Amino acid sequence: MITQVSSSLYHQLTTVFDDGLAIKGDLEPLASLRRNAFARFQETGFPTLKDEDWKYTNLQPLLSKNYLLRDNLPGKSVSIEKAFIKGLNPYKLVLVNGHFRTDLSDVVDEQGVSIYSIEDIHQHKLSLRHFAQYADKTDNPLVALNTALHEGGLVIEIEKNITLRRSIQIIHVASSSETIFNQTRNLYLLGNNTKAEILESFITDDIGLSLNNTVSEVVLEENAHLQHYYLQTANSQSSYLNHTEIHQKKHSLYNNYNCTFPGSAFIRNNINVRLDDSAVESHLYGITLTAEDQLVDNHTIVDHRKPHCESYEWYKNITQNTSTAVFNGKIFVREDAQKTNAFQQNNNMLIGEKSTIFSKPQLEIFADDVKCSHGCTMGQFDDDALFYLRARGISEEKARVLLVHAFAFDVTEKFSSEPIREYVDHLIEEGLIIEQ
Amino acid sequence: MLSIKNLQASVDDKQILKGLNLEVKAGEVHAIMGPNGSGKSTLASVLAGRDAYEVTGGEVTLEGKDLLELSPEDRAREGLFLAFQYPIEIPGVSNINFLKTAVNEIRAYKGLAPMEAKEFLKQVKEKQKLVEFDAKLANRSLNEGFSGGEKKRNEIFQLAMLEPKLSILDETDSGLDIDALRIVANGVNHLRSKDNAFVVITHYQRLLEYIVPDFVHVLYKGRIVKSGTKELALELEEKGYDWLKESVDAEEGAAI
Repeated sequence: MITQVSSSLYHQLTTVFDDGLAIKGDLEPLASLRRNAFARFQETGFPTLKDEDWKYTNLQPLLSKNYLLRDNLPGKSVSIEKAFIKGLNPYKLVLVNGHFRTDLSDVVDEQGVSIYSIEDIHQHKLSLRHFAQYADKTDNPLVALNTALHEGGLVIEIEKNITLRRSIQIIHVASSSETIFNQTRNLYLLGNNTKAEILESFITDDIGLSLNNTVSEVVLEENAHLQHYYLQTANSQSSYLNHTEIHQKKHSLYNNYNCTFPGSAFIRNNINVRLDDSAVESHLYGITLTAEDQLVDNHTIVDHRKPHCESYEWYKNITQNTSTAVFNGKIFVREDAQKTNAFQQNNNMLIGEKSTIFSKPQLEIFADDVKCSHGCTMGQFDDDALFYLRARGISEEKARVLLVHAFAFDVTEKFSSEPIREYVDHLIEEGLIIEQ
Repeated sequence: MLSIKNLQASVDDKQILKGLNLEVKAGEVHAIMGPNGSGKSTLASVLAGRDAYEVTGGEVTLEGKDLLELSPEDRAREGLFLAFQYPIEIPGVSNINFLKTAVNEIRAYKGLAPMEAKEFLKQVKEKQKLVEFDAKLANRSLNEGFSGGEKKRNEIFQLAMLEPKLSILDETDSGLDIDALRIVANGVNHLRSKDNAFVVITHYQRLLEYIVPDFVHVLYKGRIVKSGTKELALELEEKGYDWLKESVDAEEGAAI
């Protein structure tokens, strides 16, 4: 079926692709991957409100703008200080509009770790074997578009039996004086018995508008452990479409901590975890604090495909002003996935009287010997609690901060890193607006 | 210390306090008794500054300062403390963190530097002992999963830590067994001094056997209709409130 699309971005992208600019110089199999992916994208076009998965998240206003499709200014100076986390000393890897800037990045001085730009992937057999093998199996047209036209991004390969001594912080900077469309593509491969912590910070620099369509594929081989943080602190000039696809093998552990703060106007995160082997464990934690007209939409899929796996998901939304938060949590328990333990919880706190939250837990269970639970709550500031704190001499402002921290605590206490917890607590405090 | 003059207050347009007068001096303990619905808890809430209560007349001063003009937090910083009848459970806020915040906010108001961590812990230890408050509870979330008695003890523990000038105990005895009652009362008695004062709101004379008041007042229909010494409490225990109600109602009838 061909959907009529009249967006200006769509036409721009078609023109670029037809001119062959994207695949110029690409070797096989990359050129075919791009070609096939673009055909898939063209079949559906951009998602619209008619798609169940995009019901509350209207892309159209973003698509009608005229974008600069590449803004690779190799020497552009950017400031990355706002992504720094007190008490944490990670290897910093800087991507400006998706382009890996070795001049601004630390050298990762660890054995068995290779880090390179996605443009160099054709030289790496292992990565090439995994590239576009996971996210592209979903029906998200934005993934197909990214596969077809991505420019820039990072590959991290960790060889088996390696435990990273320091964490890796990827700082994604959207920086342009123009209105820009970035399509970053990342691939993280963790070999057998590896352990790593990867933080991804999203920040903005400069004054231009940006739309960032990022796809990351994460592969955890047997007994690999990854702590994966998303720290979204970009400004209101920016919009993000992030798709993360995680593929897990036996005894692996994947923890995702997805934190979003006031700033970026429009954020859609798709986080899909495929538990594709037995004895896999996955944890998805989310804390979203929104303000002004912000829209933050978190769509997650936890896909139990094999027996004896455990997943645990806890998302908290706090909405202020006229902002909107969306949570959609799908859990699949396939026929083979007996003895699955799947837990999901979504708690919401509406602070802004005109703010909106859409929550949709969605469980599809095809196995009969499983333990699954889900829950969802909606609430506001507890006036009695507020008064109790104030009656002890605590200012209204501080009382609100305490109560929001308390609300977020179920999630923040799960953080594997103390400095990041403090950083996030601080961002919550900063992001709270007292007068609604 | 506390001076209440002709205080009138309403909730949802229903007048509850109808011209209440009370003078509390430093070093004194006043008990306020009265039948259900007489306005005892309203008085406590109005003094602490709860939003739902509207003051429609009268004045309240604490050491000369107009209390009614202040926000709830500023009243607390000026030295008012309300021990809640139903302390609130706040999961995720640790008891100790909450106390430290409260202590330091009050100190900041007075222009003092935050309390040293060592000094704070020393005080916590000392005051915990005073109200036989389990140290394990101090590290838990505020009142979360506490028993009724533990919650009330926590109120007195907070009172001990914040060292207010004027404390209002709102039915602190409700829901307490005799042992818990004795512990709470002992705590209060230890904290009594010539510089502070207590207003004890209660239904029953029982608490007053442990916290012996200097004055006893009977609140009825939003006014104090009788004041006396601790013997008045005994008389009420024996005779109930009916005789007082009747005489007040009769007076009202006569006035009409």
